[in-house]
Amino acid sequence: MFDQLSERLQGTLSDVRSRGKLSESDVDAAMRDIRLALLEADVNFKVVKAFTKTLKERCLGDEVLESLDPGQHVVKIVNEELTELMGGSGRELAFASTGPTVILMAGLQGSGKTTACAKLAKHLREDGKKDVALAACDVYRPAAVEQLVTMGRRAGAHVYEKGTDADPVEIAAWALDRAREERRDVLIVDTAGRLHVDRELMDELAKIKKRTKPHDVLLVVDAMTGQDAVGVAESFAEAAEFDGVVMTKLDGDARGGAALSVKAVTGKPILFASTGEKIEAFDKFHPDRMASRILGMGDVLSLIEKAEQQVDEDQAQDLQRKLEKDEFTLEDFRQQMRQVRKMGPLSSIIGMLPGMGAMKQLKNANVDEREMDRVEAIILSMTPAERANPAIINGSRRKRIANGSGVRVQNVKQLIKQFDQMRKLMRSMTGGKMPNEQQLAHMMGGSPRAPRPKMRRR
Amino acid sequence: MIDLGSRAPANSPATEPDPERRRGVFKRLRESLSKSRQALTEEISASLFDRIDEETWERLEEALILADAGAPTTATVVERLEHEVDSGAVPADGVAVRDRLIEILAEVAATGRKPIDLSAEPAVLMMVGVNGTGKTTTIGKIAWHLSKEMGLSVVMAAGDTYRAAAAEQLEEWARRAGAELIRGEAGADPGSVAYDAIGAARARGADVVIVDTAGRLHTQDNLMEELAKVRRVIAKQIPEAPHETLISIDATTGQNGLRQAKVFSEAVEVDGVVLTKLDGTAKGGIALAIAEELGIPVKLIGVGETLEDLRPFDPSDYAQALLAE
Repeated sequence: MFDQLSERLQGTLSDVRSRGKLSESDVDAAMRDIRLALLEADVNFKVVKAFTKTLKERCLGDEVLESLDPGQHVVKIVNEELTELMGGSGRELAFASTGPTVILMAGLQGSGKTTACAKLAKHLREDGKKDVALAACDVYRPAAVEQLVTMGRRAGAHVYEKGTDADPVEIAAWALDRAREERRDVLIVDTAGRLHVDRELMDELAKIKKRTKPHDVLLVVDAMTGQDAVGVAESFAEAAEFDGVVMTKLDGDARGGAALSVKAVTGKPILFASTGEKIEAFDKFHPDRMASRILGMGDVLSLIEKAEQQVDEDQAQDLQRKLEKDEFTLEDFRQQMRQVRKMGPLSSIIGMLPGMGAMKQLKNANVDEREMDRVEAIILSMTPAERANPAIINGSRRKRIANGSGVRVQNVKQLIKQFDQMRKLMRSMTGGKMPNEQQLAHMMGGSPRAPRPKMRRR
Repeated sequence: MIDLGSRAPANSPATEPDPERRRGVFKRLRESLSKSRQALTEEISASLFDRIDEETWERLEEALILADAGAPTTATVVERLEHEVDSGAVPADGVAVRDRLIEILAEVAATGRKPIDLSAEPAVLMMVGVNGTGKTTTIGKIAWHLSKEMGLSVVMAAGDTYRAAAAEQLEEWARRAGAELIRGEAGADPGSVAYDAIGAARARGADVVIVDTAGRLHTQDNLMEELAKVRRVIAKQIPEAPHETLISIDATTGQNGLRQAKVFSEAVEVDGVVLTKLDGTAKGGIALAIAEELGIPVKLIGVGETLEDLRPFDPSDYAQALLAE
């Protein structure tokens, strides 16, 4: 809803430059925009208050006024400050010098602990080449042990379990003994989800911690958590002083303000981000990316990284040359499409583009993968000469192509028309001009803005 | 809260529980009542309405934001109350303003309120939601109430064929509730499991079919499409089914809950919200935003782990609890 922070700030501060003066009320108005954007992202209210206060001082400085685009500049400052607040002194997992490294996982019910345990196991196995074991200490939720056994197997980890009749503290201690005997590098202890107000279970957590003396205690936090994230984190810190946070469900569209709040209040860094259903969807956490995400500025870095993994360097240069010389053909288009699709479902890629999140139509547009199959089929039904120069495609060729790809003549026509439009757009882009958001939005059919709720000052 | 149609008066638990067990039930019920009263009907923070001035409205905004009601809903509620006080419709007196606020909040929370419709025979109830919001647990508890307290025969469909051990979790609940569980192979088509369950329920003359589904993020289009398909497959067995579709929303959820409710509703026409995990410190204010902006009411709340801790939603109690400290 507030993906538009930068646009909104540009609006708020648009006439500042012409007036040559940044007044206190300009800054207050900007702070209100920022405050709403952060609240919408579930950043804790108190953190927002403190944050906008420090921000205000920086924004009153000359650098904003002297910048070409005050709105954009304020966004830059916000982004810097957020990154700072979220990152700071990053901490890696601590590993034991001898014997197994013990990692204790804790969190609320449903935050995704069991899944995170298995994902962390897989991550440590593959990235750290560690021999990992899991201890199944959630004896309360029906079938939690079975879940860990199944997921542990997928992760290639050993699972130590004693069913659901044993005491979790005893299971943890027993698992540690076994891990020592079997000379595992890492033991990850899965615990039952618990409410932070549940005294008994919080005591149990403290006991498990005391018995296993973990090198790292990780708190698992759902990225969708709202204002309560702070209270939860504080309570867990009290019972089992945790060292870091694992953010889960970051593959959704939640802004994840909880991450910022937890870091700001407890000072504990976010170490890992869990991002999907697959067991591999787990990685180191990047504070700068999270800052952009909270501000709705897209995750360009992740996108670039994904693209780098998939796109062949030579091919990319070749493409660049073709674009510049306006030699981009349907065959190139097809290959591009292939590469982009290798990066994952288009809908998730679009979500990472800055500004795209704001375009409601696009965000909600179900990019139909079957439609892309169809496009590919049409191009594959063309001769090389036709792919290189679509202009030669006349009525009878169109018919042949349609028959060959099992679509209607109309679809072939449509594709060629779209391709022409795309070439025109590319020509303007390689001419040094990115299409601006309005142009893009126009292409997608316009994008109405959500009204801004009227909130009080502060 | 639950519309059982013509079945309601005729059916009662077949056997009277023995007195010993009965006492146990009442004791537990009492305990859970006091627990949920604690969790739900605390007094609104006394200092909020000491005097009525600018600061009152700011503090009220703060309280609603902290409860996760979201900026738009907060602005609407506060503006309305402020307007009523300014115009003299509500006296500028602490108690009167507080009472009116609770009324307004309750009104918002009760938007589009209707009982859970289980009047059809068999009635089909489908449960959807994001991972970890408490779907399977809620279903287990609903099944237990329908079966053990209302004497209905319940068939459960283990439609979560994705998550490891989801069916085992449901099996445990089915055992506790005395319900029949229909399950497929791991990775089986969830639609076919639901289809089979309804088929079994019809063959056996069961009263209610409860369909569990795998948790999914609303951003995963293919999984949302799969869910829509489950719904279509269910409708092949009974055209009007599912008669009731509930989404579970975790009370700790922030503003993203609104997106969840919206996208799920677009896929499978959600009739109501089950607001789970209200026994923590989270206020679940996102339910207000969902009711206000989408017109989807809360129908059940979860205030604890035990079976009795799943209870009907009371807008007025909830409104009071929302602003408690």
